[in-house]
Amino acid sequence: MKLQTATRLGLYAILELARDPERTLSSAELAERFGVSGHHLAKVLGTLSTAGLVRGGRGAAGGYRFTGNRRRITLMDIVALFEPAPGNRAKEPGEDTDIGGALQRVLVEIDEIAEATLASITLETMLKSKDSSLRSG
Amino acid sequence: MTAIRRAQATDLKAISALDARETGVAKPDYWREMLAPDRHFLVAETDKGALAGFIAGEIRAWEFGQPAAGWVFAIQIDPKLRLKGVGSELFEALVARFKAKGVTRVRTLVDRKDHLILSFFRAQGMVAGPSLQLDMDLS
Repeated sequence: MKLQTATRLGLYAILELARDPERTLSSAELAERFGVSGHHLAKVLGTLSTAGLVRGGRGAAGGYRFTGNRRRITLMDIVALFEPAPGNRAKEPGEDTDIGGALQRVLVEIDEIAEATLASITLETMLKSKDSSLRSG
Repeated sequence: MTAIRRAQATDLKAISALDARETGVAKPDYWREMLAPDRHFLVAETDKGALAGFIAGEIRAWEFGQPAAGWVFAIQIDPKLRLKGVGSELFEALVARFKAKGVTRVRTLVDRKDHLILSFFRAQGMVAGPSLQLDMDLS
């Protein structure tokens, strides 16, 4: 599965900030931590802020902190802020043919499984995962 | 506070009623069969003796070619008592019984559109298993 860059950065930022909701990090600090563009990350943080998941900002030096509910917010909630909703995509040429329809059913099946996975993993679950070192963060 | 114990015949009425309320389908015979000695059928009881929830499972070997694993067939918590850790207590109690019997894996099947119950099992540490469930409409 390929996520758009903004989606990936959004997940990086929210998980890093949700690790410690008391902590404030600037977009520059977050960008440095993940080795990504500060400009791009600032835009992503703006989207997360509008969604009410983080608070802060005010220029490059301004810090952000997590203001959401770790136990309620899922990876899908973040993905949905940056990726087009599966139901809202434009119809592809050929989709109304029998082959196009059959292919579409396969793609919908894949989307549903991906959505089930993303929608069932909360930030809390992700940060407490036994398989990751995130717990020590 | 809740206490976890094995389900008994006297719990069936409350179990069946809770399940029917939540799923819309009454299946008392199914729950009676869960009392069989080889099944693991546990209830969580409030300090006033009311049913807070239940979990049912079984150890099965070589189903679908897989070595012995503990299967979780059902879990249901009274909606008024959710988010208090009752589901986690039931799950942990069932897993402890599976472990005591020597199995090292626990599995379940979940409706992929039921994100609530999927989240619950994920929060317990479960991840997608090695099998994909397939089915076909025969009507």
